[in-house]
Amino acid sequence: MDNQFRLGTLAPEKLQQNFAEVQPGLTPKAAMEESNRCLYCYDAPCIKACPTSINIPSFIKRIATGNVKGAAKTIMESNPVGASCARVCPTEELCEGACVLNDASEPIAIGLLQRYATDWAMESGKPLFEPGPSNGKKVAVIGAGPAGLSAARELARDGFAVKVYDSKPLAGGLNTHGIVSFRLPQSVALWEAEQVANLGVDIQTGITVGKDISAEQLISDNDAVVLAAGMGNVPSLGIEGENLSGVYDAIQFVESTKTMANAASIKLSGARVAVIGAGNTAIDAATCSVRLGADNVKIVYRRTKDEMTAYDFEYDFAKQDGVEFSWLTAPKRIIGDSEGKVTHLECVRMVLSGNGGKDGRPVPVPVEGSEFLMPVDAVILAIGQTRHNALIEAFGLRHDRGVVIVDDVTKQTSDPKVYAAGDIVFGAGGGEAMVVSAAEQGKQAAKAIIGKFAPQNHVII
Amino acid sequence: MADLKINLAGIESPNPFWLASAPPTNTGYQVQRAFEAGWGGAVWKTLGDPIINTSSRFAAVNFNGQRVAGFNNIELITDRPLEVNLKEIYETKKRFPNHAIIASLMVEPKREKWHEIVKRVEAIGVDGLELNFGCPHGMAERGMGAASGQQPDLVEMQTYWVKEVAQTPVIVKLTPNITDITVTARHAVKGGGDAISLINTINSLAGVDIHTWNTIPHVGGKGAHGGYCGPAVKPIALSMLAECARDSEVNVPISGIGGISTWQDVVEFLLMGATGIQVCTAAMHHGFRIVEEMIDGLNNYLDEKGLKSVTELTGKSVEKYSNWGDLDLNYRVVARINTDTCINCNKCHIACEDTSHQCIDMLTNEDGKNYLQVREDDCVGCNLCSIVCPVDGAIDMVELPSDQPPMTWNERQSAIAALNAQSTEVEVG
Ligand SMILES: Cc1cc2nc3c(=O)[nH]c(=O)nc-3n(C[C@H](O)[C@H](O)[C@H](O)COP(=O)(O)OP(=O)(O)OC[C@H]3O[C@@H](n4cnc5c(N)ncnc54)[C@H](O)[C@@H]3O)c2cc1C
Ligand SMILES: Cc1cc2nc3c(=O)[nH]c(=O)nc-3n(C[C@H](O)[C@H](O)[C@H](O)COP(=O)(O)O)c2cc1C
Ligand code: SF4
Ligand code: SF4
Ligand code: SF4
Repeated sequence: MDNQFRLGTLAPEKLQQNFAEVQPGLTPKAAMEESNRCLYCYDAPCIKACPTSINIPSFIKRIATGNVKGAAKTIMESNPVGASCARVCPTEELCEGACVLNDASEPIAIGLLQRYATDWAMESGKPLFEPGPSNGKKVAVIGAGPAGLSAARELARDGFAVKVYDSKPLAGGLNTHGIVSFRLPQSVALWEAEQVANLGVDIQTGITVGKDISAEQLISDNDAVVLAAGMGNVPSLGIEGENLSGVYDAIQFVESTKTMANAASIKLSGARVAVIGAGNTAIDAATCSVRLGADNVKIVYRRTKDEMTAYDFEYDFAKQDGVEFSWLTAPKRIIGDSEGKVTHLECVRMVLSGNGGKDGRPVPVPVEGSEFLMPVDAVILAIGQTRHNALIEAFGLRHDRGVVIVDDVTKQTSDPKVYAAGDIVFGAGGGEAMVVSAAEQGKQAAKAIIGKFAPQNHVII
Repeated sequence: MADLKINLAGIESPNPFWLASAPPTNTGYQVQRAFEAGWGGAVWKTLGDPIINTSSRFAAVNFNGQRVAGFNNIELITDRPLEVNLKEIYETKKRFPNHAIIASLMVEPKREKWHEIVKRVEAIGVDGLELNFGCPHGMAERGMGAASGQQPDLVEMQTYWVKEVAQTPVIVKLTPNITDITVTARHAVKGGGDAISLINTINSLAGVDIHTWNTIPHVGGKGAHGGYCGPAVKPIALSMLAECARDSEVNVPISGIGGISTWQDVVEFLLMGATGIQVCTAAMHHGFRIVEEMIDGLNNYLDEKGLKSVTELTGKSVEKYSNWGDLDLNYRVVARINTDTCINCNKCHIACEDTSHQCIDMLTNEDGKNYLQVREDDCVGCNLCSIVCPVDGAIDMVELPSDQPPMTWNERQSAIAALNAQSTEVEVG
């Protein structure tokens, strides 16, 4: 069958609808009821569970007393990307998981209340913060993602002249480009970037550090540098057929769905899609495929459900979207037709051997002779992210296979002038790559720089 | 950000938030923590001859799962020696010279007793004095507190004695356990009081344990009436404040107290005539940090209203508080139900049907959908339906244009009197 005839794109209205935010926000009444349920705990466990230590009981009390602006400010004060976090944080593992009401009734819907307050701030257009008086110091930030923006915001509030460079045409990092829009609309991430720009931070987009401007120049022109370039795209699998048309990198694939114009150019309506990998990115790619109109979407994973890294809520979400899971299945080769288009994925069945691998997990081994062909129109690779080794080396920083080595508290690298935060310092064993932890690390780097150059601003009154 | 500073009868405070004389202001440690948390002033736990307190002494009134809707206590004044309190006041004032520290005082109604305590307290440096004529239990039996506070002459005389020696402003704290609070307020002013504060607690019995048949709280199986405070008393406090604020003879600043727990409450008290406010129960319920949310909310409110100083709020609503006889009898509102937002719980219907004017009809449209409609001609605009409606915006009370000019009951009475007078004249003539 010729894919050209079968595959198409959904009508723009349908796409719009499919990619609109899934979870509705709270109504004012619901927000009032929910906020009044909060006990306003002292030394609250929810605060401790939030990586950015948002004063949760305080912001909830402000909602309960109709001071939504004060609530939004309390949130954004601790977390410069608090509006995004309200939508993408794994709250059941963080703040809500720690709420004392878990044992009594139902935890407070902290994420939704946070969204209620930050949505209000977005709609009202009221400025929440002001830049500090200039202290004459200059800082360059590489990457306008959660880590970079967070560092920039804190520095600007303390009077530093901050310039942020990002290779993409829009600021926001993965919040703008990588997290599916039905969970995080692009407008939210762009609003957060705008808040930072409004403090006088110069955000230069479309500039790639290492190409358009050199590492040496940034180091010599500035008093400090914050490296917050995140991670790269999906690495190649190293199997045959990865260059065929119809094979996508999951991150780039999700990125194209973040704007409706691009989404309309992906022909997946009626398609059979195989997504390789079972992390959160794989789930996102799979659910995006469903929303682009794919007929059948399979997640192909060489281990079992027990080993997958996606969150439970992500898995449930994908199941509800009709995504199928092929456990213990590994891809061997991607097969295309004479025009270079994907037609099949050759797979092999796996079994888990009891011998723990390097990471302690059981090792998947192929079952000999179990190869089979899976007819597909598209293959999406979601097996992790590459590292910015070249960039890190251009700065001459010590690193461990692309993970910049930093001081736990100050985020200072092996070059005392350079700090690093966010996914670029995220390594195996370091928890999970999350927006909220990237934001916190950005804050920590800024705090260390402020402490170094402007200690007078931090006298406790 | 607006200026939150106030000046109450000469007592300056960085903001209008004072802790009322009560357990939160019992010691220097507590008051200093409170100032660190953001409170602008504190009225020290009432000083006098130290007493012995009972165990237990507090009870809360919960309503529908909401805790501490009201609060009740049978605690008395300080149970710590005067010297200890004075030493701690001195130290606290030294650490926080710009915060307001007011000493609350209570002694027997004897001139020398008042002179003695005023002199001792002022000698260590306080910003003002508050005379406690309110405590409704324990002290009253000894002729103090409310026993004094319920006798306007005694309030006046004792205020006068205090003023004979006082160097700092004197605030007279009133009891609500009287028939007309303005009478005591006027006597406080006549005695020379520089300000009044109200209300102290209201006589109350928090509850009875239906299993043990003991009062709540009880002391070894016996109980006594206590003093009521907390959110439940706010409307009573507010009306007493309003009565004093609009009384031309009570021409002194007022410190508003009673059930204040949010920034909105504060705004209401200020609008109704208070220059500053005091809080007890909300701090006991949530800790000192509650002031952060109140300060932030008040600040945002002032900014929103374009006001530069919190003092601009004081008294703005006083003239709107009037007498029933001065209300326009021809003003008319009716209820209107928005079928889009209504969730069809029918609570408004049954409230109106059973207990008001039977004017909300339950109807069905062509699609077989139920909806409610108010017969506006029969609606008296009592507000009941909108009060019971659980959905914001489902019922609007809309103003109807009146076909008659405004007329109050008082105007009507005098018009009728004039007519009667005329007709009598005619008959006579
Ligand atoms: C598909 C996907 C879904 C995710 N879902 C969630 C989720 O639900 N919840 C959650 O908490 N986290 C999620 N994450 C993780 C989260 O997005 C990251 O942890 C977070 O964005 C890291 O922030 P960062 O600022 O370190 O990096 P990034 O957000 O990656 O930002 C780095 C920025 O640096 C720029 N850059 C890179 N190199 C250069 C250069 N040489 N010069 C200039 N600029 C450069 C990039 O363009 C980018 O804008 C998800 C990640 C992915 C990939
Ligand atoms: C336990 C307790 C003890 C109190 N002790 C005093 C006191 O010693 N002197 C006094 O003037 N008022 C005393 N009060 C009354 C408070 O100062 C205040 O007037 C009253 O509680 C109303 O305010 P609220 O509703 O904010 O609590 C006490 C109140 C409570 C609850
Ligand atoms: S930032 Fe995330 S973890 Fe922190 S309170 Fe908000 S939703 Fe919870
Ligand atoms: S733990 Fe739960 S109840 Fe307590 S303050 Fe946090 S959100 Fe509120
Ligand atoms: S009470 Fe309110 S929500 Fe219920 S039926 Fe009446 S108008 Fe509708």
